[in-house]
Amino acid sequence: MKNLGTKEASVEGINRRNFLKLLGGGIAVALTYTELNALSKQPGLFPPADDTIAAWIHILENGTVTVYTGKVEVGQNIRTSLSQAVAEELSLPVSSIELIMGDTLLTPYDRGTYGSLTTPAMGPKLRKAASSLREELANMAARQWNVGKQTVEVKNGQVIHTPSGKTVSFGDLTKGQKILLPVNDQVQLTPADKWSTAGTAVAKVNAKSFVSGKHKYVSDMTLPGMVYGKILRPPSYGASLLSADTGNAKISSGVTVVREDNFIGVTAPDPQTAANALARIEARWKTTPQPSRAEIFTYLKTHSENREKGAPEAIRAAWQAAPIQVQQHFEVQYIAHVPLEPRAALAVWENKKLTVWTGTQRPFGVQEELAEIFSIPKNNIRVMMPDTGSAYGGKHSGEAAVEAARLARATGKPVKVLWTREEEFKWAYFRPGGLIEVNAGAGKEGLLTSWEFHNYNSGGAGIEVPYEVAQRHIQYHPSDTPLKQGSYRGLAATANVFSIESVIDDLACQVKQDPLQFRLNNLKDERFKQVLEAAASKFGWKRQKETGRGYGIACAFVKNAYVATCAEVAYNKSNGQLQVLRLVVAFECGAIVNPLHLENQVMGCVLQGLGGALFEAVDFKDGRILNPSLFSYRVPRFGDIPELDILLLNRKDLPSSGAGEAPIVGVAPAIRNAIADVTGVKLHSLPLLPHGMTLKV
Amino acid sequence: MKINVNGTDYTLDVPANTSLLDALRVNLHLTGSKYGCGEGACGACRVLIDGHATPSCITPLASVQDKFVVTIEGLEKEGQLHPVQQAFLDEDAFQCGYCCSGMIISAVALKTKNPRPTRQEIIEAMQGNICRCCVYPRIIKAVSKA
Ligand code: FES
Ligand code: FES
Repeated sequence: MKNLGTKEASVEGINRRNFLKLLGGGIAVALTYTELNALSKQPGLFPPADDTIAAWIHILENGTVTVYTGKVEVGQNIRTSLSQAVAEELSLPVSSIELIMGDTLLTPYDRGTYGSLTTPAMGPKLRKAASSLREELANMAARQWNVGKQTVEVKNGQVIHTPSGKTVSFGDLTKGQKILLPVNDQVQLTPADKWSTAGTAVAKVNAKSFVSGKHKYVSDMTLPGMVYGKILRPPSYGASLLSADTGNAKISSGVTVVREDNFIGVTAPDPQTAANALARIEARWKTTPQPSRAEIFTYLKTHSENREKGAPEAIRAAWQAAPIQVQQHFEVQYIAHVPLEPRAALAVWENKKLTVWTGTQRPFGVQEELAEIFSIPKNNIRVMMPDTGSAYGGKHSGEAAVEAARLARATGKPVKVLWTREEEFKWAYFRPGGLIEVNAGAGKEGLLTSWEFHNYNSGGAGIEVPYEVAQRHIQYHPSDTPLKQGSYRGLAATANVFSIESVIDDLACQVKQDPLQFRLNNLKDERFKQVLEAAASKFGWKRQKETGRGYGIACAFVKNAYVATCAEVAYNKSNGQLQVLRLVVAFECGAIVNPLHLENQVMGCVLQGLGGALFEAVDFKDGRILNPSLFSYRVPRFGDIPELDILLLNRKDLPSSGAGEAPIVGVAPAIRNAIADVTGVKLHSLPLLPHGMTLKV
Repeated sequence: MKINVNGTDYTLDVPANTSLLDALRVNLHLTGSKYGCGEGACGACRVLIDGHATPSCITPLASVQDKFVVTIEGLEKEGQLHPVQQAFLDEDAFQCGYCCSGMIISAVALKTKNPRPTRQEIIEAMQGNICRCCVYPRIIKAVSKA
């Protein structure tokens, strides 16, 4: 329990009225959702009610500054960047700011940490709140000293009267009071070119706890009397339980078998005993036929909701008339997130109240899920999310939380459920696979004339063609997916940009134009041209190629950020060996908040993208995942990493956008185009080289 | 079963097929070593066994009874981080940090044998460690600098 005065926070949503009750002494500023939405212009952050508080900053009487946000930390380093934003406006060192994140009792409601929304939405909002505090503290001091406001300055946790050198600490100013400020819309934010804390390479704020092994992920947490839970899983998707004999599972006195309808689980004082007990359960299942990977793309097309391609006749006619035509389809396989920390949850019931610690991108979503399943009011449930071992869009759901809570209710003990890697592969969800069909036409001079684009199942993100083209028809056809699918870094933009940028290259190739020039000729947006030119010049695009080398380029605009990627591959004709030698990525997302962590994000995104580009694919048959392990499902390792140059374009004149997603999209098409350049083979599936780094021509 | 971890002897009463990883995490509350795959494929659980970086998830507890085990918690000396830990800190060589202990253990084993490893030697020695956040270049930099 932090500095709130009482435990009675309403998890229905904290508003101004009930907020004052929660507030301890000192001064606080609270932002409402109305303000958040107005500030960020981001759609989709539906507020529970207009005056519901979205975040607040509290300065205690002892001067401690605490920021409360429902956002969570999964390695993207927003704990650091949001601290920087607040530190900047309060003129404090980053180390004096504490962030309370993702706790349904203590922090305000938040829909979830995804979609690269934290930096563009929460960042500026917190800065506005912090500046409102700064202004009010300055006003209070000026009043107290009876001096002009322009003669006082806020610095290092105190207010200074510049002419006399007199100072007063934040704590002394607010002593004995409980002040709640609204956000002052008139306050000036420090412009990016004057930033001294924001915009700098501040290291991860709690980094030492990670290098020393002391940070407690949920999987590391324990409670007195805690037991370990294991759940009986069906052999395949769509299987239902016919019968189960749990008689042999009670291998020791500490083992409890829990059965609630078709849910069967065991608990034991240690995980090995729980696993041993689970293995003794004999269950019979009824399976149902399930689509397999071999037929997946036909399946997705035939099971799509609106199979009709609603392209107007004019598009078809424009394509027919185009002297340069490309007609191509692309196949994108399902891939897995593989967060290094599998799903984990620790749950305990006390007096009909449920407390759960779990690694999730949506603690409030998990709270809702639990309320529904256990039919209890949300304010009897507290979900907490300690900094977690990554997610990449793969931890929106609360499966482990529900399982731990079920077992904890049945056994009356705190229960920890840790998914195995195999469970994570089989029972979490995947990035959707998809089929994409494109018809594109261009004139002889190399300008696009028509564009028809259909995406079956993977999704609508990044589907818009960024190039100038008069006739366009772009359609996303949702489909019935045989595998559980969900959000993944960049969503469908990876699939869509892969297809768009491959087609663009093939058109350039047909008109015999340099692919970079072809792109520049068809683009209007100057920011786009800048990233392309920056990447190309760093890469040495015009440089003479050595024999057996291919160059490829790709660019995209995703989540308000621009990315251009160049790739160089080496091809050995005699044995068909391919190698990605080098990637150059130019990235522009407005004003840079933390160059160190931005580089980390771009680096991680690009290299993770290498897996989906080259070799990652979920294999499945008859409702079973055939490669549910890290030996059979290959992810990038040290040996796969090419030389990587990252160029960060800092546009201090523009608002900052998020960076966790956009850089991933250029990797696959840039490599694909480089392979086409050196081998002449135009690949059209992701992963590009599922059978290893060779290509026989 | 008797084991020596970070210089201390322990006697544990655990199921026969208990892994070293479970014994460390569950019985000794040394949770710095992580579970990532349980099959020796990711390196998150690596510990030093007589100086060799070894996946503790596939190491039966019974097999290390006469050996010296060092975990991430055993690297700090008198409150001072090990130089490899310090280098990871200086280079910010992580995002979520979940791979960090295993990475550091592999790097410590490498550096002990070979204080000035080349980039290629680092890659080879650490090929068994996965960083799913993929900040590999930073990790390589940290290991070379340590
Ligand atoms: S958990 Fe031991 S190697 Fe992955
Ligand atoms: S930092 Fe997340 S797995 Fe390496």
